[in-house]
Amino acid sequence: MKLTLKIWRQKNFNDKGGFVDYTLNDVSEDMSFLEMLDVLNESLIIEGKEPIAFDHDCREGICGACSLLINGVPHGPEKATTTCQLHMRKFKDGQTIWVEPFRSKAFPVIKDLVVDRSAFDRIMQVGGFVAVNTGSSPDANATPIPKKNAELAMDAAACIGCGACVAACPNGAAMLFVSAKISQLALLPQGQAERKKRALDMVKQMDDEGFGYCSNYYECEAACPKSVSVRFIAMLNREYLNATMLK
Amino acid sequence: MILDAKIPSGAIQNKWDQYRAEMKLVNPANKRKYKILVVGTGLAGASAAASFGELGYNVETFTYNDSPRRAHSIAAQGGINAAKNYQNDGDSIYRLFYDTVKGGDFRSREANIYRLAQVSNNIIDQCVAQGVPFAREYGGYLSNRSFGGAQVSRTFYARGQTGQQLLLGAYSALSRQIGAKTVKSHVRKEMLDIVIINGQARGIITRDLTNGKIESHWGDAVCLATGGYGNVFFLSTNAQACNVTATYRAYKKGALFANPCFTQIHPTCIPVSGDHQSKLTLMSESLRNDGRIWVPKNRDDKRPPNQIPEDDRDYYLERKYPSFGNLSPRDISSRAAKEVCDDGRGVSNTGYGVYLDFSDAINRLGRSVIEERYGNLFEMYERIVGTDPYKEPMMIYPASHYTMGGLWVDYNLMSTIPGLHVLGEANFSDHGANRLGASALMQGLADGYFVIPYTIGHYFASNKFDKVTTDHPEFKKAEEEAREKINKILSLKGKKTPTAFHRELGKVMWDKVGMGRNEDGLKEALQLIPQIREEFWQNLTVTGTNEDLNIVLEKALRVADFLEFAEVLAWDALERRESCGAHFREEFQYPDGEAKRDDENFTHVAAWEYTGVGNKPVRHQEELVFENVKLAVRSYK
Repeated sequence: MKLTLKIWRQKNFNDKGGFVDYTLNDVSEDMSFLEMLDVLNESLIIEGKEPIAFDHDCREGICGACSLLINGVPHGPEKATTTCQLHMRKFKDGQTIWVEPFRSKAFPVIKDLVVDRSAFDRIMQVGGFVAVNTGSSPDANATPIPKKNAELAMDAAACIGCGACVAACPNGAAMLFVSAKISQLALLPQGQAERKKRALDMVKQMDDEGFGYCSNYYECEAACPKSVSVRFIAMLNREYLNATMLK
Repeated sequence: MILDAKIPSGAIQNKWDQYRAEMKLVNPANKRKYKILVVGTGLAGASAAASFGELGYNVETFTYNDSPRRAHSIAAQGGINAAKNYQNDGDSIYRLFYDTVKGGDFRSREANIYRLAQVSNNIIDQCVAQGVPFAREYGGYLSNRSFGGAQVSRTFYARGQTGQQLLLGAYSALSRQIGAKTVKSHVRKEMLDIVIINGQARGIITRDLTNGKIESHWGDAVCLATGGYGNVFFLSTNAQACNVTATYRAYKKGALFANPCFTQIHPTCIPVSGDHQSKLTLMSESLRNDGRIWVPKNRDDKRPPNQIPEDDRDYYLERKYPSFGNLSPRDISSRAAKEVCDDGRGVSNTGYGVYLDFSDAINRLGRSVIEERYGNLFEMYERIVGTDPYKEPMMIYPASHYTMGGLWVDYNLMSTIPGLHVLGEANFSDHGANRLGASALMQGLADGYFVIPYTIGHYFASNKFDKVTTDHPEFKKAEEEAREKINKILSLKGKKTPTAFHRELGKVMWDKVGMGRNEDGLKEALQLIPQIREEFWQNLTVTGTNEDLNIVLEKALRVADFLEFAEVLAWDALERRESCGAHFREEFQYPDGEAKRDDENFTHVAAWEYTGVGNKPVRHQEELVFENVKLAVRSYK
């Protein structure tokens, strides 16, 4: 296939940045999107030009590192598919593809398509855990957990922390990300002791990081590569309300 | 050099408990006086760092990714073993110990493995307490499934993303310590060297990947939890950035590297589709619980799989190994796949593929049960290959996946460099010549939660530590060496990219040091690797500068280390004149094609000592004594 890529290049955070055109011939349908960028990068290096920097690692859709806005959509056109799992058979010969970093004030650009998502780690550090020291635990089967709750907790726990929800949201909210961890732990007996504190602390950190507010667009769920559901945002709203009302 | 594994005396079931009762401790109020550097934040690193922080030590963690949660442990799929015997099917600590020793083809240390089996139960307890959403039965209790090499159902899992959930559990514990300020987290920083002062590991040098800054970090001990070196084959199931740099640099500074040739090829991965391929995607071993592996009986049978009737199919694992069938261990299953493909009966357009077929299970259990067990894996396959595994069989082929070899460690998980501890896949210890499925997750967390927090305390309480700052000349020297190497790489004005060299190395390794090895091939590899390395230092091309995020420079530094390390691997494969586990020497096999061990001459660990780049390293031996498990021919028939 022949494709025209318009890729965002930016030297560093202070550089204004801009789109650069690249024409690719002979793109194989079996290639993944990132493999296509690898091939492009190899030819740029040979020409002595700086290759395009982008975050990636596992290439299996599970680490959450890859984070490209493809034709304006986080992770591109396929539902429930990360950038690294997107294969070129989903594009047409002759197509033009716009490639940008995730756009958010809370995710400053480091270079080209690489952004800083440490805001997510800081939110986890204030409450995304059960405070149990190593060795302090009872037998694993001591507390039965209804299968339904375990499955729902797993649905929430499937979040890979990529930030697509933030990039998709017109307000730049991180609600889906925060709700995933809060809901997982709220659904499990192990999360009960700190349930209120967790909701208050994580939401406060989320606000302090500069993310926007939720007005129910649901773009986040549509863009999420792991199909995390907005029902968890509803759950987060209830957790937060309970936490503020019922001290 | 005498390799003293420091195995405690006494009956095997008492060794660890007795050792812990007698070991020296650090007073709770004194723990904050010690600083521990942890490199790598996967299962072993994150669990260790979190546990250290909880105990009151000062900790600094380092990862080259943008967050600790991106470590490649996240991609592990199928499950984690433990000897709970919840299924009442005959499991016990002893049986898990025995299965692991046998699975390792009698080339591992009994005492370490028994301890592993003992703490396996504590691991599950800890993970559940953290809120890890393991699969459960309707009554609310934990589910189990079977993995290769075991006849009990002892594997705990969370759909096909167990590694993710376990790592996120450890990451959440680590996050809590970072928030509590017992742990300082460094991200996008890659370790380039360790620093030894007065014979003790007292620090590391890192490169900040965003701006190239070379920094020194001091500590009272260093823990490497930097994963495996499977990417020496270029194509593997590892993540793109996974590399051998941290352990290899430690090796160059005096840490012995053990059994590097024990590299595991996983039997069920998605086959290569073209030259552009950047990695091979794992299809979890757990799929072999329900999938049946087959190829056409007839070489000329090119019919689509759904049109080939039962009688024309060769379910070769069920045929060759009736007791274990599709759940035969990985080394055996991989070689069997290679055998049928070399025989011309492979499928896929390259001829290097076999079928993994779920039609029987779907008919028997219904699609929704299969979906619940493996949902995400089936979707992953469909995205990559474009066919629907609910309707046609998956095509799979073996690929480099895990490395049993690693830095040599004693019973305390300490290397031959005092103070340098090695955890998880980065060390060599527990799996012998072949790792069983679902035991890597077990080992990483065992090392991090339940072994190193004890043994590092014993190290601190047993030794004196001079005060050290990063102004010490050894740090300055190491920083200079790092800068020199970077400048040298940046000065090369050749024509070949780092990836091109990596690919070339990988091909030599896969062809000659891969699933089937022989003397001629290995000697040839030992000629070719130095040639590629020499060309690298003359013909490499790198763009950009050091003072910037430079993906080419990052890759070049990692490939440079692979080009030296690959030789150590090949030497090890050449000198181990037997077949055992994942190491198959074509000259040493039984008439039926099974691996032939030489217990008289090779019941030992080969630990290599660096003598200079391109020089043959010195081979030391740690004799392995089996007091509790009788050495036997390892049969899964």
